[in-house]
Amino acid sequence: MIGVGKIKPYTNVLDRPLSKGKQEVSLSAFAFLFSELVQYNQTQVDNIAELERRLEDAGYAVGARVLELLCHREKGNRRETRLLGILSFIHSTVWKVLFGKVADSLEKGTEHEDEYMISEKELLVNRFISIPKDMGAFNCGAFVAGIVKGVLDNAGFPAVVTAHFVPVDGQQRPRTTILIKFAEEVLQREARLG
Amino acid sequence: MAPVAPKSGDAIFASVDRVNAELFTLTYGAIVRQLLTDLEEVDEVNKQLDQMGYNIGVRLVDEFLAKSNVNRCVDFRETAEVIAKVGFKMFLGVTASVTNWDAEGTTCSIILEDNPLVDFVELPDTCQGLYYCNILSGVIRGALEMVSMKTEVTWLRDMLRGDDVFELQVKLLKQVPEEYPYKDDE
Repeated sequence: MIGVGKIKPYTNVLDRPLSKGKQEVSLSAFAFLFSELVQYNQTQVDNIAELERRLEDAGYAVGARVLELLCHREKGNRRETRLLGILSFIHSTVWKVLFGKVADSLEKGTEHEDEYMISEKELLVNRFISIPKDMGAFNCGAFVAGIVKGVLDNAGFPAVVTAHFVPVDGQQRPRTTILIKFAEEVLQREARLG
Repeated sequence: MAPVAPKSGDAIFASVDRVNAELFTLTYGAIVRQLLTDLEEVDEVNKQLDQMGYNIGVRLVDEFLAKSNVNRCVDFRETAEVIAKVGFKMFLGVTASVTNWDAEGTTCSIILEDNPLVDFVELPDTCQGLYYCNILSGVIRGALEMVSMKTEVTWLRDMLRGDDVFELQVKLLKQVPEEYPYKDDE
């Protein structure tokens, strides 16, 4: 029990000023770490779906914290309550802070009212990853899907979020689309709010 | 042969692609959280973090050597300086210092005042035995092993446990002689 009972200013994270978030680390440091995350989780599962679920779970933890952090820092302690508001918050604010740029596109699904898509030509977590043939449709973007889900859930917009590769004409690598399917209650609330 | 002046950590850090440290920090936090859930025992988590760090170190040393122009270090003192001044800066954007040398020059401490891994982190009472940053010691051990140095890396001080800095003790156990075929290109 080292350190217990000592009272120092840094012992409580809440007593410290909120960082401005401008600090950076090298991309390789992140890539190495992320690769270890994937490899470790590979040892814990028997199938691809389970692996994606575990990556999503890790991302979810990040998303929940990012929402809290950014609401304090960027939004003056206010949180979005409308569907389009929270989506554009993810597409612009969250993406900008985490990945240094806004997401390539945010679209509404044409077939279903409750579906939205965020697409990225070269998703950061897929940049150094090539999927072996025997792993089929596995997508490390599941981690980012988890982040999105973490933000949405904790903001009061429960949704199912999945990551998919979508081939692009004339491009060697497919883009990654994060598909967001909102729970029914979210759409009903939106309709009520008008 | 006089060693070529290595590039400074700052210069390398400025020239490589970077990401937001918060993404890195939170991702690391998610890893630790998963390990705690899966393994339940903090000792096991410490071990797993060290292993993951080792895996990273083994691969990271290649990038380090390729980008830093660091030549073979003449002694362990130089090695430690290079890790602290160039290595930490280049990957994590922080500077570390080296102190507490023993008389033989085989044991020293690397001191970190700034550590991007621990932003937003508070160690709960149930995790007091956890070496939260144990991945770092694994990285150093793995990287040094790839340049023929067997080391033992231990945490002496940890800000999450109420100390004022992070202190990593690096102890050189032995230099493994290189075996044929030599990969020396000098």
